[in-house]
Amino acid sequence: MPPRPCQFCEKSRAIIRRPKTGDHVCKECFFNVFETEIHNTITHAKLFKPGDRVAIGASGGKDSTVLAHVMKTLNERYNYGLDLFLLSIDEGITGYRDDSLETVKRNQQQYDLPLKILSYKELYGWTMDAIVEQVGRKNNCTFCGVFRRQALDRGASSLNVDHIVTGHNADDIAETVLMNIMRGDIARLGRCTLICTQGEDTIRRSKPLKYAYEKEIVMYAYFKKLDYFSTECIYSPDAYRGHARAFLKSLEVARPSVIIEIIHSGESFEVAQEVKVKEQRTCVRCGYIASNELCKACTLLEGLERGIPQMGIRDGKKKHIEIEAPDLTKEIRTIPMFKLPTVEKDSRLAASSPLNMPG
Amino acid sequence: MASDETINVKIEFGGGAELLFGNIRSHNIALPSKAPATANKAKQEGRPADITFLIDWMKENMLKEREELFIEGETVRPGILVLINDVDWELEGEGDYVIQAKDEIVFISTLHGG
Repeated sequence: MPPRPCQFCEKSRAIIRRPKTGDHVCKECFFNVFETEIHNTITHAKLFKPGDRVAIGASGGKDSTVLAHVMKTLNERYNYGLDLFLLSIDEGITGYRDDSLETVKRNQQQYDLPLKILSYKELYGWTMDAIVEQVGRKNNCTFCGVFRRQALDRGASSLNVDHIVTGHNADDIAETVLMNIMRGDIARLGRCTLICTQGEDTIRRSKPLKYAYEKEIVMYAYFKKLDYFSTECIYSPDAYRGHARAFLKSLEVARPSVIIEIIHSGESFEVAQEVKVKEQRTCVRCGYIASNELCKACTLLEGLERGIPQMGIRDGKKKHIEIEAPDLTKEIRTIPMFKLPTVEKDSRLAASSPLNMPG
Repeated sequence: MASDETINVKIEFGGGAELLFGNIRSHNIALPSKAPATANKAKQEGRPADITFLIDWMKENMLKEREELFIEGETVRPGILVLINDVDWELEGEGDYVIQAKDEIVFISTLHGG
């Protein structure tokens, strides 16, 4: 086929067909439109203000590497005035996380950003390897997701950061919408397409790559020659998300715009009045956000400590076990009390705070 | 040195796809220059080697394990990106692109955590 000119500049040869729009664009125009769309997502949602301290959840994988690169680029290009940090969680998965953390350390050098690593071992006393040994290979992703969410908030709090950005991309969000439908998880269905989530007692969390297609993230990283780690978590082949992912990928072949359209459907869902959704409250043990007396992480950890790993896991065949805060007749490890960071509301004060580290 | 019957092609893997091919990222191969008919007879015997044929040839000669992680039917599994000389294969006719000597084909898997 003869080379085609870029539809934007009409000068250089087109090297990529954008799945979102079908446009044929050259390398430079692709970089430009990819970065500008993310900038527009950020400004449209008013995610940041000058002086904000923002932690980038960094795993060393393709999405967080591209996120770190783009955040740094846009922060400089458009003067967002942000203090950026890299925040990494070590779940203790041998042969997977230890390798990807090496990539994050390289990212720290390449992007010249401060890095904090927090491990499950130090926070909970359990590595994922130890958890899988106890729990088996089904449901272990539940532990990891719950523990990681808390770990990110605690890591951010220790950096005195009140905003976390993660590399969730359009494909991830579309998969989550499908998964929540498939599992009848109405509460999550109503929340999962929000670009920014903020509760009274949690750290603000945003997804600037929400509308960026995974294909474009990979192409961006490839053409920019960005360094990322690309192996599947050794425990993931058994994860439920795999079904939604395979389905979505097949749909994308037939009509690439399906990903954005599923997100749009998800954004338009309104939960009917009659549907009972649990109120969010605070965990009596560790102070983190919870739907019951104990937050999910404390419930799961108690199960691990007491040798009842099924505690807190909803199994289709058994009833969900509600945990009330019990008398602790046995000494077991618990999670320390969670405190939100005391970040000044006034951005000028934040900029001159002694904890402010040079970006 | 390629004969008239084969074409020299460079194949690169990224994003973890290399794990299916002996964990080697870069391969130089001599691909037969004429392809047989496809199973469903949509393409003729003796046609010039195209990407569809390359994928089938890779399955027969290079794939070490788990072919369903690389191939679906006659094309790559959805989620594997293909670049021909650094151009998206969707701009080059995908499986119908006729391979030239010294072409570089890159297969990048996107199917892993971010």
